[in-house]
Amino acid sequence: MKTTRNVLSLALVLVLVLLPAFSAGTKEAAQGTVTLKLEQFSGSEATLSGEALRGMIAEFEKQNPTIKVELQTIGYDDYFTQLQSKVVGGNAADVFELNYENFVAYASEGALADVTKLLGDTSGFNKTALDAFNYQGVQYGVPNSFSNVVLFYNKALFDQANLAYPTSDWTWKDVEVASKKIMSLGKNIWGFYRPLTFHEFYKGAAQNGGSLMNAERTAFTVNLPQNIEAVSIMAGWQNDSKIMPTDADMAGMGDWDLFKSGRLGMLVTGIWAFGDFTANCPFEWDIAIEPGNVQKATHFFSNSYVVSETSKHPAEAAKLAVFLAGSKEAAKLRVEASWELPPVTYPEIIDSYLSITPPENREAVFASLDYLVTPPVSIQQAEMQAIIESYLGQILSGKQSAKAALDACQKELEAKISL
Amino acid sequence: MWHGLLGHASGGLMSIQGRRGIRVALPYLLPSLLGALLFAILPIIISLLLSVTNWSGMSRIRLTDGFLKFVAEHFVGLENTKAILADSEFWRALSHNLYFVVLYLPLMLVLSMICALIINAPNRGANVYRVVYYLPVLTSWVAGSLIWKWLLSPVYGPINNFLAIIGIEGPLWLQSEVWAMPSIVLASIWKDMGFYAMILLGGLKSINTEYYEAARIDGASKAQMFARITLPLLSSVLFYVSMLSMINAFQLFPQVMVMTKDGNAGPNGATMVMVERIYKYAFRYGKMGYAAAYSWILFVIIMAFTYIQKRGEKRWVNYDV
Repeated sequence: MKTTRNVLSLALVLVLVLLPAFSAGTKEAAQGTVTLKLEQFSGSEATLSGEALRGMIAEFEKQNPTIKVELQTIGYDDYFTQLQSKVVGGNAADVFELNYENFVAYASEGALADVTKLLGDTSGFNKTALDAFNYQGVQYGVPNSFSNVVLFYNKALFDQANLAYPTSDWTWKDVEVASKKIMSLGKNIWGFYRPLTFHEFYKGAAQNGGSLMNAERTAFTVNLPQNIEAVSIMAGWQNDSKIMPTDADMAGMGDWDLFKSGRLGMLVTGIWAFGDFTANCPFEWDIAIEPGNVQKATHFFSNSYVVSETSKHPAEAAKLAVFLAGSKEAAKLRVEASWELPPVTYPEIIDSYLSITPPENREAVFASLDYLVTPPVSIQQAEMQAIIESYLGQILSGKQSAKAALDACQKELEAKISL
Repeated sequence: MWHGLLGHASGGLMSIQGRRGIRVALPYLLPSLLGALLFAILPIIISLLLSVTNWSGMSRIRLTDGFLKFVAEHFVGLENTKAILADSEFWRALSHNLYFVVLYLPLMLVLSMICALIINAPNRGANVYRVVYYLPVLTSWVAGSLIWKWLLSPVYGPINNFLAIIGIEGPLWLQSEVWAMPSIVLASIWKDMGFYAMILLGGLKSINTEYYEAARIDGASKAQMFARITLPLLSSVLFYVSMLSMINAFQLFPQVMVMTKDGNAGPNGATMVMVERIYKYAFRYGKMGYAAAYSWILFVIIMAFTYIQKRGEKRWVNYDV
């Protein structure tokens, strides 16, 4: 009998010890102060942007002495895996960051709080960016930054090859011609880099007059003739004209590193490279609006702050989100760190953004906004992208023709992805 | 009557020794039992329940509050299993697993056998060898994978540089569709060889040396002794090693995730394997129910293979040590 009692009491102790570990929710600090958890992937700790973010938080805490912010930055590669387990367990941070592509999935799963009424004055926000985080009429978040992709070019290589610098009138043809001249400068010098990824493909399709979905986003149109032509040309940069290095040519080197090493004439990449290139390019460089084929099309990337549906302090959380995303103070810090574009319309902020060089042609960033195409979005975003990229790989490796691959891709998307 | 007799006999035994034994043992076992219950048995039951739902894995659920109702509301029956088996991607992933097993298992058995024989031979360096062979086992898979990624790098890697010296142009290894899986096999053998060599060494040590002495007196050669004494007496250990390594081979995962391009599961999906698919569906594609069903299919496959091996055991395993 005694042992039974021992067993029972031991079991009870263990249960009591383990139980708190399973109870969800954040612990409250001292009375009166609210502690908010903030998690994000953009702005790594060690760089200028991390510093800017800490500055923004310090300013927010100064203005709101009763709110404390606990920041955690997690690398992009691991961010969404850990976010998912936290959301499922009910332990998501009060405010967390989502990119545009993942926003729809989380909004549709009911993981986000409706912040429509908590945002206050949103007139300072850029409307396109703000509307991107409105799902079925409900505002679930605020854009904290947006950015696009431009054509970066190495002025030194253009000078050496006696070439005129790229202009906003350039098309794919001009890129190919210039690339060949740049490559004739020497071995291991490449003309152009623009990988055939999902993001480059949907934009490339648009630049050739095509699209991956119909306008209402109710059906896939992946195998349109314009798309097939676009993808053939893009794969040809690596396989036919060879103006672009293959993975094997790169031998593990990243595209940014290749550009910084001075061996790449032109690179299509995001304006978030400004800070790194300014600090690490030992040559002059500039930017231009990205060339299209039959028309121009540019990327729209946007990240947002959303409030977790499980947050105990949604009002304070929304206040933090709006401050970090849209306040003048935060936007100023963001601009000074060359950390993407603040999604705001304050003229003085925009002016100060434009006055920073390099690149000299910073206006191209804003000029590019005229040609924005938003990516195809589905609740099964990651799966959709993986399916499309698997077929792009088939085309690149020459295993399937562009037409056969995109026909098969269209079929698989129709079978597996619900729109 | 038969039943009554049996019941009586076993019941009687239980009451004298069993029950008291359990009562004494339980407090000591409780911590690890609780661990097994919480972190193994409970998740297994939950995954079985989830495998018949269409849960995305992105919305909140609670075990303590309406879990069964949640399962009932999201119930899709065997839809997940049917969809997986109908998808050519599943068969492709499975074929890659089988390809891995075919390359890995024989090579592993031969090489770990050689390692075990080297360590077992009466020489001075045996302890050094033992440590050297076992070191990779202790290395974490992520660190090991990164080392191999560098070793196999087509341009900067020492392996291709060495091949270039002797006039061979090395393949692209992990970036090549043909060589990606063999590269993974290479790294896996490096990592696991020491572990299986230790198990085989245990088997070698347990063989009575009198057999060898008798054989030597009869004039048997070394090769004959190996074939007629060592192998038959080691067959039970070899069987255990092959079963264990086959189960491990089906669960191939970390090396694939670290060494080959993550987004596409290797060059054009060349290293797309089952556990990698399960991970992607669960944590990237928002299809937790589908992933749970996938993992149960993998479980059934491993069970089937183990059963087949076990059937073969009688034919070639010799237990008369």
